[in-house]
Amino acid sequence: MLNYIFYILGGLSVITAIMVISFRNPIYSVLSLIATFFLISGQYLLMNAQFLSIVNIIVYAGAIMVLFLFVLMLLNLNNINEPLKPIKLKTIGVISAGILLLTFLSALTSMYNNEQVLQLSDIGLVKNLGRLLFTEYVVPFEVSSILFIAAMVGSVLIGKRNKEEKEVENA
Amino acid sequence: MDALILIKIIIILIIFAITLFIAMYSTYAERKVAAVMQDRIGPNRAGPWGILQPLADGGKMFFKEDFIPALANKKLFIIAPGIAMFTALMTSAIIPWGGTITMFGYTFDLQVADVDIGILYILGVVSMGVYGIMIGGWASNNKYSLFGAVRSSAQMISYELAMGLSILAVVMTSGSLSLKDIVEAQDGGKWNVLYQPLAFLIFIVCAFAECNRAPFDLAECESELIGGYHTEYGSMKLGFFLFAEYINMFISSAVISVLFFGGYNFPFMHELGLSPNALTITGTLVFFAKIFFFIFFFMWVRWTLPRFRYDQLMHLGWKSLIPLAILNLMITGGFLLLKDLF
Amino acid sequence: MESLSNRSIQVSNKKMTFMERIYLPAIIGGMIVTFKHIFKKKATIKYPEQKRPVSDVYRGKHVLKRDENGAERCTACGLCAVACPAEAISMVAAERKNSEENLYREEKYAAVYEINMLRCIFCGLCEEACPKEAIFLTTEIVPTYFERKDFIYGKDRLVEQVDNRVDITKRQIKQSSNA
Repeated sequence: MLNYIFYILGGLSVITAIMVISFRNPIYSVLSLIATFFLISGQYLLMNAQFLSIVNIIVYAGAIMVLFLFVLMLLNLNNINEPLKPIKLKTIGVISAGILLLTFLSALTSMYNNEQVLQLSDIGLVKNLGRLLFTEYVVPFEVSSILFIAAMVGSVLIGKRNKEEKEVENA
Repeated sequence: MDALILIKIIIILIIFAITLFIAMYSTYAERKVAAVMQDRIGPNRAGPWGILQPLADGGKMFFKEDFIPALANKKLFIIAPGIAMFTALMTSAIIPWGGTITMFGYTFDLQVADVDIGILYILGVVSMGVYGIMIGGWASNNKYSLFGAVRSSAQMISYELAMGLSILAVVMTSGSLSLKDIVEAQDGGKWNVLYQPLAFLIFIVCAFAECNRAPFDLAECESELIGGYHTEYGSMKLGFFLFAEYINMFISSAVISVLFFGGYNFPFMHELGLSPNALTITGTLVFFAKIFFFIFFFMWVRWTLPRFRYDQLMHLGWKSLIPLAILNLMITGGFLLLKDLF
Repeated sequence: MESLSNRSIQVSNKKMTFMERIYLPAIIGGMIVTFKHIFKKKATIKYPEQKRPVSDVYRGKHVLKRDENGAERCTACGLCAVACPAEAISMVAAERKNSEENLYREEKYAAVYEINMLRCIFCGLCEEACPKEAIFLTTEIVPTYFERKDFIYGKDRLVEQVDNRVDITKRQIKQSSNA
């Protein structure tokens, strides 16, 4: 039963992921990306990782994609004003995507022998995850918060500078 | 096992029916409340005291021309009201409507699913709620609709933060994310609103903003944007949007009752000496009374306060509510620490 | 400029106090006001069953009066049409035949008398202009129709029925001299 759900979700998420890159209309792409996130959250649920699945929805589908959609709606992108990319950029893109694919493949082959991952465990529940984050992985967890603060300070700085420039223009 | 699944399915169907019924009569209640607050009578023609008015409205909605603008994005235009309705109905799954009932040899909770992540699920679904509005507004290909959509998305993202932070304080005092546990922790009149008044204030303001209700109904303000995101909608598609709004209101009233007013708990409930089943049913009725009060409160505020200006909305969200919520979180943390120490 | 009513209040941009800036007391005050209104007397009049009381001299639909013998008072002098600021009244005059003394009061009468109720502004000047006390306004309201032609009232709808007289005594302030 769970296996079938896994294959259905997996197949659908592959289809929606392909739709993301094949649509010409960016809005459709964003919407299919949201669908992909949902399906991936379903996969997390199958693995009993409830916290991860819901955070995936809140953060990616609920916040980041809303911002994407927000910007796209304001930009009013059409097929017409989509610039043709030069050959050089295309080759670079293909190479980097190929390297990414290789990384994924190598990760997948090493995963294959690890039976433990596929088993149901309670590691994804909020309590266990929280305990892990605040004991074993407390240093990387706190370090990532510094990263966020850096990003926040950066965005505030950008906002402030614009204001000063405006004042200079007005003066 | 199969019987339990059957019971769950029956509970789902009952909750679904009740949700739709309450949403339907919320439209009637809204008109009545608006009327009496303006010294009018309100709908009184369809049936005695106009109680058949929602049916008449629904009939009207169904028989109206189902119009799609020529330049609209047809697929998204049709999907959007469905998304709005879908996300609105999803939240009711994890709300504990009552305690346990023992019937036909089975003991079950009056709740569809007691998931470990309770509150996070609500936040997740709420954050999805904006898509119906955004897609609908964009697909209409109308500047007013787009304005409404953009406003509502910015508003929802801003207020989600303060909402999440205010909920966190409640989670800290209750020690669990599960709504059932939060209700149980408030057993015996220890309502969270007494311990977390600031969190309650922040949460209720954010709930108004998330539901797109006045005084934060900038997504659909009639006086500036005609109808906002549903300007181009008509017929039952418009009905879906309006319905979704009322369902959201009902669900947020339920969430407010659960988080801050003890859900199905009421003071002195264990001193009454009722049998467990009777106690559960009384608790559920009390829970619905609380929900109805908050639905009334939503309407009461709508017909009292004027709409915020957009910059005021953003100021309130980012410069008042979020710092206040963080402060509240720190105070709560400090108190919990002191309680552990002594 | 000097204030005439002494009721004007100077606009002040003084800094709000903390209690004013959190707005909650003001919001609660407003909520109490609206809550009180729930119990106030409702202003609604349930129209078709209840009707708002109107003044005795309310200016509604016109009526063309008959005298005490049942003869039409109108002599088609046209003063009402001249007085009408909206030019709503039109008429065609005719001479009374010998056998028609019981029908028309004077030797001249209006064969056609039409008021366009879409043009009429119900000012009552026709009533004042009439030397024969033939036209009066009533408390009745002109209803709505679907077609424009329905709003043109002819004699069939203006002249009062012999057996169903319209009481206009409350409109006659001074005793009529030429009755």
